[in-house]
Amino acid sequence: MNNQKDLLTIGGHEFTSRFILGSGKYSLDLINAAVKNAGAQMITLALRRANGGKVANILDYIPKNVTLLPNTSGARNAEEAVRIARISRELGCGDFVKIEIIRDTKYLLPDNAETIKATEILAKEGFIVMPYMYPDLNTARDLKNAGAACIMPLGSPIGTNKGLCTKEFIQIIINEVDLPVIVDAGIGRPSQACEAMEMGAAAVMANTAIATAGDIPAMAEAFRKAIESGRTAYLSGLGRILNEGSSASSPITGFLQD
Amino acid sequence: MEERINHMEYLPGMEVIKSEIMDKVISYRNEYDKDNYTDEDVKCALQKDVLSPDDFAALLSPAALDHLEEMAQRAKVETNKHFGNSINMFTPLYISNYCENYCIYCGFNCHNKINRSCLNTEEIEHEMKAIAKTGLQEILILTGESRYKSDVKYIGEACKIARKYFKVIGVEVYPMNTDEYAYLHQCGVDYVTVFQETYNSDKYETLHLEGHKRIFPYRFDTQERAIMAGIRGVGLAALLGLDDFRKDAFATGMHGYLLQKKYPHAEIAFSCPRLRPIINNEKINPKDVHERQLLQIICAYRIFMPFASITISTREREGFRNNVINIAATKISAGVKVDIGSHDEESQHAKGDGQFEISDKRNVEEVFNAILEKGLQPVMSDYIYV
Repeated sequence: MNNQKDLLTIGGHEFTSRFILGSGKYSLDLINAAVKNAGAQMITLALRRANGGKVANILDYIPKNVTLLPNTSGARNAEEAVRIARISRELGCGDFVKIEIIRDTKYLLPDNAETIKATEILAKEGFIVMPYMYPDLNTARDLKNAGAACIMPLGSPIGTNKGLCTKEFIQIIINEVDLPVIVDAGIGRPSQACEAMEMGAAAVMANTAIATAGDIPAMAEAFRKAIESGRTAYLSGLGRILNEGSSASSPITGFLQD
Repeated sequence: MEERINHMEYLPGMEVIKSEIMDKVISYRNEYDKDNYTDEDVKCALQKDVLSPDDFAALLSPAALDHLEEMAQRAKVETNKHFGNSINMFTPLYISNYCENYCIYCGFNCHNKINRSCLNTEEIEHEMKAIAKTGLQEILILTGESRYKSDVKYIGEACKIARKYFKVIGVEVYPMNTDEYAYLHQCGVDYVTVFQETYNSDKYETLHLEGHKRIFPYRFDTQERAIMAGIRGVGLAALLGLDDFRKDAFATGMHGYLLQKKYPHAEIAFSCPRLRPIINNEKINPKDVHERQLLQIICAYRIFMPFASITISTREREGFRNNVINIAATKISAGVKVDIGSHDEESQHAKGDGQFEISDKRNVEEVFNAILEKGLQPVMSDYIYV
């Protein structure tokens, strides 16, 4: 196994890191240390935050060698998401866009149908579309057909730190859809990030877990290690669970002849 | 002998669809090294909920033969999970045995001197009436591969008649273009089966010497054309024993797997025919594919694609079939007559000879009762034509 060649490719761009870091929930002056300790090469950015106004502009705090992943948070439907993405490109934030369309302020669950619509429009306009979605196989397929560069299913409701509540459904998407699957939202602990990677997720995105930790840069490092560890385990091929005793059921192949 | 045509080049009139599946399957097949798998690989595969292509390859390897009992147990669990105790019953109806192909292992081949016949619509109706009386509701209409003697319209007419007597209609005829499948679908067809025979195109070339069947890629893309035309389900198979049966079984499984991946709504069905002796050729016999190996393949299909339908052929003996439906097969034929025009007992004699020899000659009632005796449930129709 050669880890040097294990690259994450999204929309033709290659990354050696499989940890996408959020930037939304902690002080701007910690971003640099968090990015460094996380080894992150991609960081999300809520476009609605990018206009500094009187306060500091988040863009000034993000290291220049890191790929920006502007998101459309705030969008309530496809039309709004498309508009936000276009503004983001005009502001020079690049071609990447993470689609977040949320019309439920309580649980903040993404609207899959609108996300498909927005993906189709933006992919046609040349964006590298990374859609955040509720893990549903049909939606994942539709997103792929619409031109998504990856699939970003949620592990549990955003901000809850509850981990892989949707594990079975994420696994189905990993098994069935030939795109990088990046587990986004809900991952609360490094062990959960590790588990997602063991399942075959291509990357993990985390924000709240780091933002709410006691020591933000240290937690960013813990996540990096967990994600690398899970990836290595996945590539190594997990061993089987050894049974202590064999299950006794009567043979059913005794009928065979010749 | 005159020069044979290039088997990889389409003939005029053959529709070309742009599909990547054939190349993928061939490359999977080429890379499959059956001796590369260990006991441990097999155990690992059997422990997974969802198997990867590599796990499937392990289950088809010689190493897995030592785990046949475990495979059968796992297959039985999967079958139960997806199908309960249902076993679908059907019968094939051969309406014509004219064929324009020269496939050296097949009794219908155009150089084999057998009695040829093509039922007219009246005879087809008689045969179908006779079959419907047995209680069957699913029929598989078969012809030899002659576009001249059994054209699409003729097959369509047979299907229209079948709709009067049956709920589920499948066809196993020569590969067609999308518009032709769309027409057959209008006539009532929901299932299309075509066997690739072997997925080794070099070997294929040496077995299919004349006729349109010689064109390997056109045959390969059949299922995809059928799905594109709105056909609900497609059947595939390798004729086990023609070439390395493990590689061919692997390719068959991967073909089904990739079809399902590309067309998630399509129903996938596997058949598992072994070579059978044919009239006028005593040399043909299954090569290396004994019952153990056959069961291994059937179980591997089931564990790899738990939701797929698996049909068990009348080429196999009664005892094998009775047990395999209790493990992995979900569909069984009954009252099978491969000779042309032999269902209608009033007609006394068959009008045309059969394609191969069958082993299980039980009628519908006998198979029905055998299913019940296993604690299983015979199902006559599980589908609705819409």
